[in-house]
Amino acid sequence: MQFPGRRKKVIGSSQNDLYDHCLQFYGQPPLENISLTEFETFAVERLKLLKSVENIGVSYVKNSEQYVKKLDAEFSSLNFPLRTELGDRRVQGGTSEYEKRRKDHISHFILRLAYCQTEDLRRWFIQQEMDLFRYRFGELTSKHKTDFLHKNNLKYETVSAEEKKSLKDKLITSSYGLSGITVEEYDFYKVPFQDALDLVRTRKVYLLAGNAYIPHHEIVTIVLNDFRTRLSKALAMTARSLPAVQSDERLQPLLSHLSHAYVGQDYSIQKNMGKISLEQIDALSGKSFPLCMRHLHKALRENHHLRHGGRMQYGLFLKGIGLTLDQALQFWRSEFVKGKVDADKFDKAYAYSVRHMFGKEGKRTDYTPYSCMKVILSNPPSQGDYHGCPFRHSDPELLKQKLQNYKVSPSGINQILELVKGMHYQLACQKYFELTHNVEDAGFSLNHPNQYFTESQKLLGGGLEIKKEVDMSQRSQENPANMTRPSQANSKQAHEEMGDLDSFFQDE
Amino acid sequence: MMPTSDYDPACLPDLLPLYYRRLFPFSQYYRWLSYGGVSKNYFQNREFSFTLKDDIYVRYQSFTTQNELEKEMQKMVPYKIDIGAVYSHRPSQHNAVKSGTFQALEKELVFDIDMTDYDDVRRCCSAADICSKCWTLMTIAIRILDRALREDFGFHHLLWVYSGRRGVHCWVCDDAARKLSVAARSAVAEYLSLIKGGEETVRKVVLSDPIHPFINHSLSVVERYFCQYAIVEQDILGSKESVDKVLALLPEDILSFPVVLSQYHIKKGGQYFDKEIMLQYCYPRLDVNVSKGVNHLLKSPFSIHPKTGRISVPIDLKELNTFDPFEVPTISLICEELERPRADEAEDDDVKDKENEQEAGERHYKRTSLAKYVKVFDRFLEAMARSRKGEMLQKSDLQKDF
Repeated sequence: MQFPGRRKKVIGSSQNDLYDHCLQFYGQPPLENISLTEFETFAVERLKLLKSVENIGVSYVKNSEQYVKKLDAEFSSLNFPLRTELGDRRVQGGTSEYEKRRKDHISHFILRLAYCQTEDLRRWFIQQEMDLFRYRFGELTSKHKTDFLHKNNLKYETVSAEEKKSLKDKLITSSYGLSGITVEEYDFYKVPFQDALDLVRTRKVYLLAGNAYIPHHEIVTIVLNDFRTRLSKALAMTARSLPAVQSDERLQPLLSHLSHAYVGQDYSIQKNMGKISLEQIDALSGKSFPLCMRHLHKALRENHHLRHGGRMQYGLFLKGIGLTLDQALQFWRSEFVKGKVDADKFDKAYAYSVRHMFGKEGKRTDYTPYSCMKVILSNPPSQGDYHGCPFRHSDPELLKQKLQNYKVSPSGINQILELVKGMHYQLACQKYFELTHNVEDAGFSLNHPNQYFTESQKLLGGGLEIKKEVDMSQRSQENPANMTRPSQANSKQAHEEMGDLDSFFQDE
Repeated sequence: MMPTSDYDPACLPDLLPLYYRRLFPFSQYYRWLSYGGVSKNYFQNREFSFTLKDDIYVRYQSFTTQNELEKEMQKMVPYKIDIGAVYSHRPSQHNAVKSGTFQALEKELVFDIDMTDYDDVRRCCSAADICSKCWTLMTIAIRILDRALREDFGFHHLLWVYSGRRGVHCWVCDDAARKLSVAARSAVAEYLSLIKGGEETVRKVVLSDPIHPFINHSLSVVERYFCQYAIVEQDILGSKESVDKVLALLPEDILSFPVVLSQYHIKKGGQYFDKEIMLQYCYPRLDVNVSKGVNHLLKSPFSIHPKTGRISVPIDLKELNTFDPFEVPTISLICEELERPRADEAEDDDVKDKENEQEAGERHYKRTSLAKYVKVFDRFLEAMARSRKGEMLQKSDLQKDF
């Protein structure tokens, strides 16, 4: 695999051919010279794009109207190709479509270098690139979709009219939303079932003699499979050539930062340390805690005890909102002592684990508060546990009762339950935020309990000074004035961004 | 009915050596697993695992020739034999291979239907027991899966095998099937799964519009057998307890219970509760994990089941309705038959048999009840051979090779 370097040949004048479609499979690596600055800028901007894809995908149903709108906005502000025509129209002082496509191309390959090294990184990268691809493919017109398929050698056979007629009833009953008319009018593709596994697995397609009969609008699933396979193979190959890249001292630090930065905002830096008093916690739990933490706090107060899973989830959250180690020790001890644990036992058994959470014991890792993903996906609660995500782990009936106790309106409760049914747990929590704070739109995409707290405090006017964290998904609008001297402005921005990325870099 | 009370597990140490010396159909077995010799080293790179006396389990057994397979099996006398994947290298040498390069490459697509998975819906038996009343479930499973694998997925070479105690296995041997990835196998298994949920779930089948053609096909099989199986044989309406179980699957707003479900085709506002009930009682229950793994080891056809003594025989689908697991020969039976000449040996077979005996050394399964099952296996192998020949002709036509 070739990667951007200093001694490569320059492409001839066939520039327009190279980027004649706004979407690509990234089959061929770029073969041109590129400045180090551009290298950094492109990489960082694509990373921000992928992070947005991740966040927006968690907060909104994928490919819904809002999702598309939000991503469109990201695309514009980060200068990635949106339009399908390559006309050489330049927005006055702005980047041409051609330049955007070139950036898309190059930045993808740079990030491959950073994200090929471990299973986790690869998985994350592939997931975001796939979501990104799905969104972009979905935005294409029918003609452009077909163009894309042909250009990329996906020669799937279309089903003949007679065959469609003879199979009409079967085709209608095997895919959702098809009628006799759509079957007649629209193209169906005959694809070997091995290329349509997602549709086969969920039985959303008609199968005959080993072929899946895919309606035109579903072809994206097939294309995505192909994309994933190619990218997966490519990343494996990239990993093998990596040592050569890493030996280049100019590139190594950047690549290293890039691959750590995906972890994102993790609230392990307590910028609000010591700003909360223990007396405030009860009140705060009702006003600004997400449901999971409110639930844990209540259980702790009632039972004077929490099991390990609960102590970790809640304890780290408290650390994230600003409790110091001493405060934490006092908090847990005073509660446990009211129960069956005497002060001595607390000091012997439980204090150690509190100190551990703050990185003062054992391998001295400063643990980071759990993100929503972690709470939802790992360590499900069992009998006697109160941790986890109530939207995910509670029986809907119990959840309903709890929300009623917390005076959430019946219609609000229904909306929440609908989201839970659709497995959109974080959206459900966001809705809970909106209902308890009396706002239409939360204004953020929830992915962390501490984020819930911070946003809530912001809304309620604090009492705590919350330093505004740099939000990676927020960028200033495209300003023509800034673009007249791209290399200078970019280099300054790139350095700023590198600084921000530094602060996100945390060891687990 | 064949005397099975003759089988005593304590006799295995005596019977097995005889079985492997004179009865096990080695040449067909080798022919099967070589798949026409199209791929180099296909047989040599196949993993077998043996369970020896005293439960000693050995993996990564592999053999270079049919002769070596025979000799080793006769020497080790395995109580159980499993077949695994075809690897990148000879399994017996896997330790000598650089770590990470020894990989499972191909294997038949397999399915394992086990009667214990139906315990929540059968009243006649539970756990490892089976009887003629619940065996119908296997018949239904085979019909449904066989049709789907052939018609929907386009597979042609399916070997259905009785496991020896309480279930059946399916080996899909097509080229394309053997090359399937883990993801593809898992997708096929999910496509074929309709029963979701464990202990906690009462209503295990949920149907909604539109009903996929596959489900409709499966329903028509179930409906054919339902009345006889569920109402008569399983008697699901015969006691309050079992009626309650059925009632638990109905939507809450049904007030009165129709007497014979299969006669009612009620579609209530999109709910297909009658179909769901039939499927819950009868539809095949697959273990997806068995089918998913390329390196998964599965009991070999023609191996013995140590607890019952029965041989894992191929099932002739043309005679499926009359297949009786209790008629399947046990090792003690066929060893006994070996000693005495069969009274009903056909005359015209005599000459051929004597010739074959001389040719094949001392292979005498033809004189025993095992013979008809080996014939089923032969037909299966013939079909694959014909198919391979057809493909090669096609290929050489395309290349204009004459």
